[in-house]
Amino acid sequence: MTLIINGEEQDVAAETLADLLLALDYEGEWLATAVNGELVHREDRAAFPLGAFDRIEILSPMQGG
Amino acid sequence: MLKVYDIDVQSRLLLGTARYPSPSILAEAVRRSKTEIVTVSLRRETSGGKSGGAFFELIRDLGVRVLPNTAGCHSVKEAVLTAKMARDVFRTDWIKLEVIGHHDTLQPDVFGLVEAARILTGEGFKVFPYTTDDLVVAERLLEAGCRVLMPWCAPIGSAMGPVNPTALKSFRAHFPDVPLIVDAGIGRPSHAAEVMERGYDAVLLNTAVAGAGDPAAMAEAFALAIAAGRLAHKAVPLEPRDMAVPSTPVIGKAVFS
Repeated sequence: MTLIINGEEQDVAAETLADLLLALDYEGEWLATAVNGELVHREDRAAFPLGAFDRIEILSPMQGG
Repeated sequence: MLKVYDIDVQSRLLLGTARYPSPSILAEAVRRSKTEIVTVSLRRETSGGKSGGAFFELIRDLGVRVLPNTAGCHSVKEAVLTAKMARDVFRTDWIKLEVIGHHDTLQPDVFGLVEAARILTGEGFKVFPYTTDDLVVAERLLEAGCRVLMPWCAPIGSAMGPVNPTALKSFRAHFPDVPLIVDAGIGRPSHAAEVMERGYDAVLLNTAVAGAGDPAAMAEAFALAIAAGRLAHKAVPLEPRDMAVPSTPVIGKAVFS
């Protein structure tokens, strides 16, 4: 399935957001996720189904002013 | 003691975490500043969560309160979503709200700022808005539910210091009971001391410390200047005068001619 992950198209076999993070080796309590402009809490990722061309943002902490 | 959103903090210096030469220098600067609040951000993770994780653990180990920002957001939608994602990661309702309106000056889009502030306070956020020194915008931010205001004193990272002291004075006078934090534009400890002497409650800094030759020493210098400025404000400084006033009493002066 083709997904837009952090702005880039990728073909990934994943039915849910949790599957996707696992497939791409994303792991950590510090990750934040959104799909199509809406926040998906970490506890909701396993039940959150993905569809073709969903826009997924995966963010993590970084330095800021 | 400074009270923001019912939290008491001793230090009146809020410190940004960006642009330090190394993580260890950042950590040392935080320690020497004695700050209790640091600002952080969120960005796209490209390495499986590893780089963000290292920074997350560094901040957690410092034992300070975290104020996430929405830096780089140019729309209400972006800022609101970033705030929600930050709350999910950092487990805090605090958000330093930035809605940038101009690429070169990084001037806030104050219309979007007010709109985003209203949405976020409605969802339980405690909003720290990065704003200009415009009094009407500040009124709107308070109406939107903000309980702290963070006016700039010059463009972000410019190090110019207070470019409009009259506006800062007026801003303080109009909002005597609102915690006011000068955010952006401070370059030197003397600038920080100046705004504290004018009665501001705190200062938020980043580049002035991170970009110094010795960031940790500069962090301590800022802490001292902010404390001095606060003490001077409480001591009620003299207002400037147009004419000379003799400091030595003239009554009883000998007449030799």
